[in-house]
Amino acid sequence: MNFPKELKYSKSHEWVSYEQDGTVLIGITDYAQKELGDLVFVNLPEEGDGVTAGEALGDVESVKAVSDIYSPVTGTVAEINEELLDAPQKINEDPYGAWLIRVENVTDTEELLDADAYEAFTKEENQ
Amino acid sequence: MELKTPLYDTHVKYGGKIVPFAGYLLPVQYESGVIKEHQAVRTDCGLFDVSHMGEITCAGPDALANLNRLMTNDFTGMYDGQARYSPMCDKNGGVVDDLIVYKIRDDHYFIVVNAANKDKDFAWMKEHVAGDMVLTDISDTVGQLALQGPRAKEILLKLTDEADLPNKYYSCNPHAVVAKIPCVISKTGYTGEDGYELYMAADKAACLWEALMEAGKDEGLIPCGLGARDTLRLETAMPLYGHEMDETVTPLETGLGFAVKMAKEDFIGKAALEKQGEAKRARVGLRVTGRGIIREHQPVFIGERQIGMTTSGTHAPYLGYPIAMALVDAEDAKVGTAVEAEVRGRRVGAEIVPLPFYKKKK
Repeated sequence: MNFPKELKYSKSHEWVSYEQDGTVLIGITDYAQKELGDLVFVNLPEEGDGVTAGEALGDVESVKAVSDIYSPVTGTVAEINEELLDAPQKINEDPYGAWLIRVENVTDTEELLDADAYEAFTKEENQ
Repeated sequence: MELKTPLYDTHVKYGGKIVPFAGYLLPVQYESGVIKEHQAVRTDCGLFDVSHMGEITCAGPDALANLNRLMTNDFTGMYDGQARYSPMCDKNGGVVDDLIVYKIRDDHYFIVVNAANKDKDFAWMKEHVAGDMVLTDISDTVGQLALQGPRAKEILLKLTDEADLPNKYYSCNPHAVVAKIPCVISKTGYTGEDGYELYMAADKAACLWEALMEAGKDEGLIPCGLGARDTLRLETAMPLYGHEMDETVTPLETGLGFAVKMAKEDFIGKAALEKQGEAKRARVGLRVTGRGIIREHQPVFIGERQIGMTTSGTHAPYLGYPIAMALVDAEDAKVGTAVEAEVRGRRVGAEIVPLPFYKKKK
């Protein structure tokens, strides 16, 4: 399992990347994609929509089940990764490359974990 | 507390992701994932542990008369080794369970029931039988494996004599030997592909699993979990108890009329079914035309009028699009009808399509 050091993580298994232009990219972690299994559908917000820290920004569906994705930040959706709408399996193949949305005007962020703390958290969850 | 099948340690060894199901700890998938497992069964072969299923024997001179009264299908005139599917109804015509009856010989039948229902079924059957016959729940002593897919036969032939294989669909050889292990080989399955279900002593199940995995390694055989079992049966539109039927649904409503013999003298539920007449609801297939996946228990609409509820739904891995089954008002069940399902607060469009969604090429 992969936990890149440069990312921050939520306890609901999203990752956050702080970009140089002040926006943040949000995706789901390697742990999450493994737990969910083969993803076959992704439902994302639209550009310009607001997202709120701790609330669902969209959902992903595996063959077996649907799961909400929670936004780790409050802000405005600047861009969505449209490629995923037709190819949700890219999240399984490359969870840290397949970002879901880019958020700008971030005004609030929930408490996030660094890579080591998140790795420890996933181990606890798997007990 | 969930039970373990005789193959629990084997599933862990093969990387199965273990979940509780029908009172058992079973793998929902292995490392390869539901989609690859599903495709393996459609194109090559997959091996499933289905030891959680219940097995009940019915023995004695009055066995046949009792089965004909308990179940909606007619078991008269079956040959030794023949299998027959049937619903079992309560007095209101609701479904207690659906099952397969094997005739071993005139006074001996072998019944395979759903895991979640086996205690209920056994109690129900005992309560409603009479005469000279004995029902025995042998579930805990029996292991069951399903070897499913177009290459199942060539894999099995590496471990058994051709003469031991049953030829006809829905028949079995109760006295077969596979990899030196005595087995019942049945030409049945729950995937819509050719294949076999094997019954053996529970303590031989792990040994037979290993022998089959080894025999099938060049034929693309992979272990498959409950996830693929569900998507495979759904793609081929086989009903599942607790989804397409239960005590509130009659077998006629859910499209099992072929296994309900109203001409039979009597069976439990016959009077109620007669009184109800033509089914007011029908099971239909939905192909999703909108964006999203329609799953079970979602209301189905034409415009603002609700016509029914979905009973199962998933992304169909082989077909490559989402499908669902639904129970809807019979008058709205016409193929080609555009409907919508309410999925987590939003409407997803779908079209009623013929069942099954998938049928193997002859």
